[in-house]
Amino acid sequence: MIALLGPNGAGKTTTIEILEGFRMRSAGEVSVLGVDPANGDERWRARIGVVLQSWRDHGRWKVHELLEHLGGYYTPYATPERPRPQDVDELLFLDEPTAGFDPLARRDFHDLVHRLSDLEDTTILLTTHDLAEAEQLADRILILAEGRIVADGSADQLAREVAGQAEVRWSRGGERFVHATPDATRFVRELFAQHGDEVTDLEVRRASLEDTYMVMVHRHEQGHLQEVSA
Amino acid sequence: MQPTAHAARLGLSRGWTEFRHYLTYPQELGWNLFFVIVFGVVLLFQRNATVEGTTLPLAMLTLPGIIGMWVAVTGYQGAAGWLAAEREDGTLLRAKAVPQGMVGYLVARIVALSLITLFTLASIFLVGCLLLPGLAASARSGWPTLTWVLVLGLLATLPWGAIIGSLVKSPNSAFGLTMLPIMGLTAISGIFYPITALPGWLQGVAQAFPIYWLGLGIRSALLPDAAAAVELSGSWRHLATAAVLGAWALAGLLTAPAVLRRMARRESGSSMEARRLQHQQRV
Repeated sequence: MIALLGPNGAGKTTTIEILEGFRMRSAGEVSVLGVDPANGDERWRARIGVVLQSWRDHGRWKVHELLEHLGGYYTPYATPERPRPQDVDELLFLDEPTAGFDPLARRDFHDLVHRLSDLEDTTILLTTHDLAEAEQLADRILILAEGRIVADGSADQLAREVAGQAEVRWSRGGERFVHATPDATRFVRELFAQHGDEVTDLEVRRASLEDTYMVMVHRHEQGHLQEVSA
Repeated sequence: MQPTAHAARLGLSRGWTEFRHYLTYPQELGWNLFFVIVFGVVLLFQRNATVEGTTLPLAMLTLPGIIGMWVAVTGYQGAAGWLAAEREDGTLLRAKAVPQGMVGYLVARIVALSLITLFTLASIFLVGCLLLPGLAASARSGWPTLTWVLVLGLLATLPWGAIIGSLVKSPNSAFGLTMLPIMGLTAISGIFYPITALPGWLQGVAQAFPIYWLGLGIRSALLPDAAAAVELSGSWRHLATAAVLGAWALAGLLTAPAVLRRMARRESGSSMEARRLQHQQRV
């Protein structure tokens, strides 16, 4: 599962639409399941699932009516390995799927996505503005800014790459302390060595994906500004 | 299983489902029935007037014209408006996202529009039969003619409606671009009053477009043969009808696939979003 993050206008939807074969690329090479999406035929299309951002269509249809109808298009493409139409997809594109979901719907959706990627072996590319969601779901995170990938790795890797700073909070003698450190483990060990039982309410907070994201995008914008002024 | 044929079959059932939705959602159904009632009132007022020099009620002449006009309304405005609306709401994009979805979509669109047209025409005809006692009898022998004129008339107009629906940016412009020409052409095509009363050059313009021929063809199917005397050349001109409608059908069917393909290729979530934002900004 890959999550594509980035500010509005960074090119997330453009990227996903090129991969879906909905939009022509202006340059470069693209390969999806070994096929150039610009020439992807219906057999290729059957291996790909697309969850659209829009939801205003088919307003008169009952859900089961529409599912049966749309599912029907996949029956000719079923294989012995993937016999049920709903399992035909090998690759799934989700463009901001949880925008507007309430927390429970979001949780249900996450469970579904987990099941698809873990049990059904589906590769999933997801764009989202919900960084906690990306951190929770994705094995690999790409951050996009102005059409370029500015970061690529797991949430942990990215966090290490960027800040390296963790925040340690604790109480001693009724007083709260906060300290930022690159090596939280060592700092805490020394803290205990020095104060022992007096330390309470210990809390170590690694840089979250949100912190990482902010730093990455900010760094990119700074670089861009320098380029312009130079 | 052949995927294209399979998708076409799904399209048939989809068309049927959409027709069922049409019948169960009051808004559109009510709109069409409203027109049926308006036409009924027109017929009611014309019931006692007769066509000059004959004993034929004027309403007998108007009813086939209304049917012909309605075929053109469905073909142009129905197809264009529907396509434009479903490009905007994302129905088309969803069809594009499933394998062979576009085939199913187009088949469904044609099936649903044809069924809705038939349903509306049948209602107009029924109202006509109630108001005009002579109609049912004179129409009895006209079924074969009625069938080919209706089919050819839909073929002559539907592809052009689809072309307009593919080119416009919003359902509103689809409505404007189709409704105004339809109203103009209806006015000069001898639908509500005889074309023979118009100047020659207007008669020429009217005869270049399908609406006049649709009206003429359906009059020939529903009226007694003697009624041909009040037509332009005193005959039903079946050959010319088939030629003009056939030419529009052929040109439309040759042009539409390329235009539709181009439109479908360019359709994407972001282009849809851009159109919607533009639309909202204007308002």
